[in-house]
Amino acid sequence: MSGFQTNSRVIKWIEHRMPVFSFLDHAVGSGYPAPKNLSYMWNFGSLAGMALVIMIVTGILLAMQYTAHVDYAFDSVERIMRDVNFGWLLRYIHMNGASFFFIVVYIHIFRGLYYGSYKAPRELLWMLGVVILLLMMMTAFMGYVLPWGQMSFWGAKVITNLFSAVPVFGESIVTWLWGGFTVDNPTLNRFYALHYLMPFIIVAVVVLHIWALHQFGSNNPLGIDLKGPQDKIPFHPYYTAKDAFGLGVFLILFAAVVFYAPNYMGHPDNYIPADPLATPAHIVPEWYFLPFYAILRSIPDKLIGVIAMFGSIAVLFVLPWLDSSPVKSGRFRPIFRIFFVLLAIDVVVLGFVGANPPEGTWLITGQIATFWYFLHFLVILPLLGVFERPRPLPTSISEPVLKGGGSMAGATAKPMEKA
Amino acid sequence: MADTATPAQVGSGETRRDFLYLAAAGMGAIGTACVAWPLIDSMNPSAEVLALASTEVDLGPIAEGQRVTVTWRGNPVFIDHRTQAQIQQAEAVDVADLPDPQPDSARVEKPEWLIVIGVCTHLGCVPLGQKTGQSRGEFGGWFCPCHGSHYDTSGRIRKGPAPLNLPVPPYSFTTDTQIIIGETEAEA
Repeated sequence: MSGFQTNSRVIKWIEHRMPVFSFLDHAVGSGYPAPKNLSYMWNFGSLAGMALVIMIVTGILLAMQYTAHVDYAFDSVERIMRDVNFGWLLRYIHMNGASFFFIVVYIHIFRGLYYGSYKAPRELLWMLGVVILLLMMMTAFMGYVLPWGQMSFWGAKVITNLFSAVPVFGESIVTWLWGGFTVDNPTLNRFYALHYLMPFIIVAVVVLHIWALHQFGSNNPLGIDLKGPQDKIPFHPYYTAKDAFGLGVFLILFAAVVFYAPNYMGHPDNYIPADPLATPAHIVPEWYFLPFYAILRSIPDKLIGVIAMFGSIAVLFVLPWLDSSPVKSGRFRPIFRIFFVLLAIDVVVLGFVGANPPEGTWLITGQIATFWYFLHFLVILPLLGVFERPRPLPTSISEPVLKGGGSMAGATAKPMEKA
Repeated sequence: MADTATPAQVGSGETRRDFLYLAAAGMGAIGTACVAWPLIDSMNPSAEVLALASTEVDLGPIAEGQRVTVTWRGNPVFIDHRTQAQIQQAEAVDVADLPDPQPDSARVEKPEWLIVIGVCTHLGCVPLGQKTGQSRGEFGGWFCPCHGSHYDTSGRIRKGPAPLNLPVPPYSFTTDTQIIIGETEAEA
């Protein structure tokens, strides 16, 4: 691998004292060789990073205008919307940014599920990603409480009450979380403090995630190991350009929602100030929590329901050891592909179930979908590794391209000498 | 360093060192725990939250069959001036069949006054049934719209995901028509 080169005397001066430029070059520059066959599915990691930056920047600015007190929180958010210069824009970006962050991360996760990105030697990379997902969920949940509308309040109450299912200590834990006997001012204050803190913890775990990524580099659509420099291209300029293009597409879609449908993904009830004495008829979490909410509600027992909900994420932690197939990419796993599609449908179905009241067919559908979710991870994946016969793997990344005989083969083969 | 391992230490040196390690680490752990507790406990309800612990209610104006909601510690408390029919309905239930077995007599001071905390024991929603026209569920008590728990005229869970009966707050009658919620007879 070529070392970092520069002609700038300033950069050389700094580099000699603190090798920050060669570090960056090695992390996201020309010094980081990436597989040359990465598809657009590999854009979503960097997109998630951009979404995190957008959330932190708008969040800090919103924090300068927000008042974390039960008597003022709702009004201070309305003030942001009406009086603060571009306050509406900051809030709509932040509010919809959360949704887009989850969209991007969910695609990122399903990319990893399909191409076996969690398999050896990338287990820790995957597990750090699950940690990030958990931290994101906590951050999003606490952020949703801050406007102190009806959904904020009752969402907070229902979710914090999940911990009352803990045997023996449940009530004490919930009282401790609330700092009182119900969700009230102490709760709002601590949620605000934590909502501000957590993104920076996410940044720290993202650094670990990227660190782990760079140990073996990105997985790729074929899921086979890189055989040598001919299989790689430098991250910069090839993937920086590709990521920048993806970012442009992402921002167009994001802007379309922020400017034309900013409340599409929200709930009208959250524009009603919180009332601790009246529960809205239908408490529904934000869309990105719906599948988990459906799992919670489809089990009639409170404690087991809570365990199942947390278990639906915990199962991802042990996924690298549940999927026993040595073949990474779903492209070469004919039966796995079918079950992957079924899992994706299953999660979407769970989402719809979570959005509807737990009665009649919705309840039964939710129970079947919950059962299928766990069946997929705990039974189907381990068995597939034994019974499925994968298709033959190509011997190298270049092979399928060169055999296909497309004129692009030569074009992509050129830059490899750089690495 | 090699000459510190004199023959005198052979046999006793390692265990003594182990002991010192353990003792130092143990003291460190205890010290950390002692410092952690104030930090953790600071998040528990503070003195001024605890000070709002009792609510006085005048039951005089509440007519038979009427239900009234008051606030105690930030939570709704349901006061139900039960009719004879409702009391009989609550007492007639076979206690052994209940998910959270409790006879009606253990849940009231005076049978006509049912006083329960109006927070569903499932996930904390406020059940419906306090206002006229609202659903009272299949057992004539309260119905939680969030996840479909039904409570009877004694506030006991009968159907749905909630594990426990609506809790009875500590309260006592100061006069025939006055109660104080948050204080029991002994404290008052």
